[in-house]
Amino acid sequence: MTIAWTAFTPITALAGGALIGIASAMFVLLNGRVAGISGIVGGLLRPLPGDIAWRVAFVAGLLLAPAAWGLLAAVPAAHIAATPLALVAAGLLVGVGTRLGSGCTSGHGVCGLSRLSPRSLAATLAFMAAGFATVFVARHLLGA
Amino acid sequence: MTVFTAFLSGLVFGLGLLLAGMSDPAKVLGFLDLAGAWDPSLALVMGGAIAVGLPAFALAARRRVSFIGAAMALPTARQVDRPLLLGGALFGVGWGIAGICPGPALVLAGMGERAGLLFAAAMLVGMVLFEAWVRWRQRGVGRASPVAA
Repeated sequence: MTIAWTAFTPITALAGGALIGIASAMFVLLNGRVAGISGIVGGLLRPLPGDIAWRVAFVAGLLLAPAAWGLLAAVPAAHIAATPLALVAAGLLVGVGTRLGSGCTSGHGVCGLSRLSPRSLAATLAFMAAGFATVFVARHLLGA
Repeated sequence: MTVFTAFLSGLVFGLGLLLAGMSDPAKVLGFLDLAGAWDPSLALVMGGAIAVGLPAFALAARRRVSFIGAAMALPTARQVDRPLLLGGALFGVGWGIAGICPGPALVLAGMGERAGLLFAAAMLVGMVLFEAWVRWRQRGVGRASPVAA
């Protein structure tokens, strides 16, 4: 293993992580809920009365984050190399997988691990392992 | 009030993703590429988030209502079952293909990135397909839904 020291950004990674933690802490202490993005979005697809507005508001906050950032500084560039076909396949897998597995990087990875949930630890190990394996196959076996 | 606090939480969450570099799929893939030139940054993102989350969730677990009087609605499922692991694995494959997970998908959509919008749309279609599958299974007599919560 070689570490890409030039790409390594420990300060912003820790600070950004802390902000994500603060957002999750706010959400559980004020709204009483786990800040799991896939669950918040997925709940909109089978809406219950009184359960819609806060979900829409959370999603709106995420969607508007780049605009809010843009008021103060240039929005960090996103580099997306995947082809449209790969993006569609990946999006479908992420949509189905996060609903079947009851969570994603936020719900299981951040909130679940913070709650010391064995279920979330198992899910996090599963998606991490699958993510590492997929990139290994794509980059080093298929050479994409 | 809970609508405003939800908006604020989503906004701060999104700013955290942007600052952390999670809204750049190339950086996420750099973390998932253990055999290449590995960028360990995202491990610190998780570490930073959990360091703040641990005391907050410990405090939340001891409360019956939130600090603004909302009912606590924390997950109760404890069992590690097949849907959890299979779902996690499917999600991980998709994450490894594009370097995008649900939060960053919405941030990228908010940036107006075409690729992000395409990914987010496909993700929503995947979620709708899953809902349809659950409903179809629920019509079957005596067959339980695989969804825990």
